[in-house]
Amino acid sequence: MVPVDYYIILSAILFTIGALGVLVRRNPLIIFMSIELMLNAANLAFVAFSRMYNSFNGQIFVFFVIAVAAAEVAVGLALIVEIFKTKKNINIDEMNSLKG
Amino acid sequence: MSSELIVFLVLSLVAVGAGIGMIFSRNAVYSALFLVLNFITVAVFYLLLGAPFIAMSQITVYAGAIMVLFLFVIMLLGAESLAPSGELPWQKPLAYVLAGILVVESLYLVFLQARPDMVVVAPDAAVNSMESLREMAMALFNQFLLPFEVTSILLLVAMVGAIVLTKRERAGQK
Repeated sequence: MVPVDYYIILSAILFTIGALGVLVRRNPLIIFMSIELMLNAANLAFVAFSRMYNSFNGQIFVFFVIAVAAAEVAVGLALIVEIFKTKKNINIDEMNSLKG
Repeated sequence: MSSELIVFLVLSLVAVGAGIGMIFSRNAVYSALFLVLNFITVAVFYLLLGAPFIAMSQITVYAGAIMVLFLFVIMLLGAESLAPSGELPWQKPLAYVLAGILVVESLYLVFLQARPDMVVVAPDAAVNSMESLREMAMALFNQFLLPFEVTSILLLVAMVGAIVLTKRERAGQK
């Protein structure tokens, strides 16, 4: 039986890797993937705590997080495609205006 | 050392390695594939934690649907490797320092502030069975019915939003 703490440590490390990815990369697709990695780390912590307290609420919350992540990815990728169509470039440093 | 602990340690190495590979590979397609590997290892962790339903949703929704969408957009845009533009020179070292602070801070908060005794072994729950899946569905459709319905509206809005965002120009030309 693996102690719950190990899962929490792993979750913290994965979350930090995701945050580091957001900070060091300039490709918005990679930044998006790093955000997914952070959501995933939070989900892992939720399931670990759900096991620790022997309750389903954590797992149900993870279910909702997965649904919200799917919605977020659909809208975010549509925005990136639209920005690429108008600017011919998706470097995040050049996305500095709200008007196309 | 139990076999479950060995599986956990090996898979956590794979998960962390895939995460690091994701943020440091130059090609965005490799990044997406590393992320798929990470999602699959996390799904195995869910199985170890006795959450088979979440593990299956993780594989079908994340590794299946979301990552296919990512790969589709990467190849549509041809954005495998962007030319590095004039980035700020102090940005990367600062990012590493901040990430180090973040991991130390989170571990400190979880283990030293919240519980100094460090190791909690969860009770052997009977969560890995059909009966538990039925209980979870009962909770989802009774206690959490309103959030469930709100989620369906959110998915509808996201679908309409994605269609409107990508169709806008063609509608303007008519």
